[in-house]
Amino acid sequence: MRSRAVRLASLAAVSAARTATLRDAVGLGLAVGLYGVAFGAAADAAGLDVWQALVLSALMFTGASQFALVGVLGAGGSGPAAIGSALLLGTRNTVYGVRLAPLLAPRGVLRRAGAAHWVIDETTAMAVAAPDRELGRLAFWATGATIYVGWNLTTVLGALGASGLGGTAQAALDAVVPAAFLALLWPRLQRTFPEAAVQRRVAVGGAVVALLLTPAVPAGVQVVAAVVAVALAGRPRREEVVR
Amino acid sequence: MSGGSLWTVVLVAAVGCYLLKLAGLSVPAAWVEHPWVTRVVEFVPAALLAALVAVQAATSGPDLVVDGRLAGLAVAALALALRAPFIVVLVLAGASGALVHVLAG
Repeated sequence: MRSRAVRLASLAAVSAARTATLRDAVGLGLAVGLYGVAFGAAADAAGLDVWQALVLSALMFTGASQFALVGVLGAGGSGPAAIGSALLLGTRNTVYGVRLAPLLAPRGVLRRAGAAHWVIDETTAMAVAAPDRELGRLAFWATGATIYVGWNLTTVLGALGASGLGGTAQAALDAVVPAAFLALLWPRLQRTFPEAAVQRRVAVGGAVVALLLTPAVPAGVQVVAAVVAVALAGRPRREEVVR
Repeated sequence: MSGGSLWTVVLVAAVGCYLLKLAGLSVPAAWVEHPWVTRVVEFVPAALLAALVAVQAATSGPDLVVDGRLAGLAVAALALALRAPFIVVLVLAGASGALVHVLAG
């Protein structure tokens, strides 16, 4: 009887941990959904139609790259500049994938192809923060699913809502887009973020480079060129070299 | 940009970003976990997002301009510093931009 009670108690603990993981995943999915509205509106402001906004959310499915793509297009940038900025921001996900590969250990080509699609900031953060490997996998799939559904739905809402706005509403939307980028950048500049001082230096450098180049280069190129500000980060720290 | 080439940009960038994700799950960790690579990747978002903030808020084509967007950005920064939720930040920024637009006629 006693061992059964222990087993039930541990089952209850496992189920509580699963519930907590699912609750966090859904909560994060809802929060990220708000960014989807902003993305849909930004895509509309940049001249994309609802279908193009939706295809970006469904196929690209990595927020910062999507914002960058429509941001560059919205500034009148060329296709290659827009693609370049999206890909530069997308390199983050490659590093996430390397970190997630041992945890997810996807078997077979199809599973790996499916898992790869959901390798983004939020799923990585939730998966690596989970207390064990099984919960890490659950966190990855649950977070990925809720964000995927929420992000695509709200993209459509934002794109439809923004189309057909008048002059004043358009001015409001124009002010919302840079604010959305600032909100994406903000957490990286906070003291709690690793190497926040260096992040701030790089951010200021990136903004300055972009503004200085604006009169001189084709639209959009200054955004991609701002990546040279990464040089301000300096060489890798010693302990990272050892590792 | 024509509708067709816009679609090309959308699809090429989407497939490219997907392949970057797939590469992470597929290549040996040693290829990517080089200190210089992780260093660069850690700081690319700060440089690019800041550049996008600046370009979206203060430029129009090849010109540097000051208009309601900059006012919206200042209000957004204040709201973020006060830990306002994302949606509040956006609404305040939008309202500031609209207000400047109306006042400037």
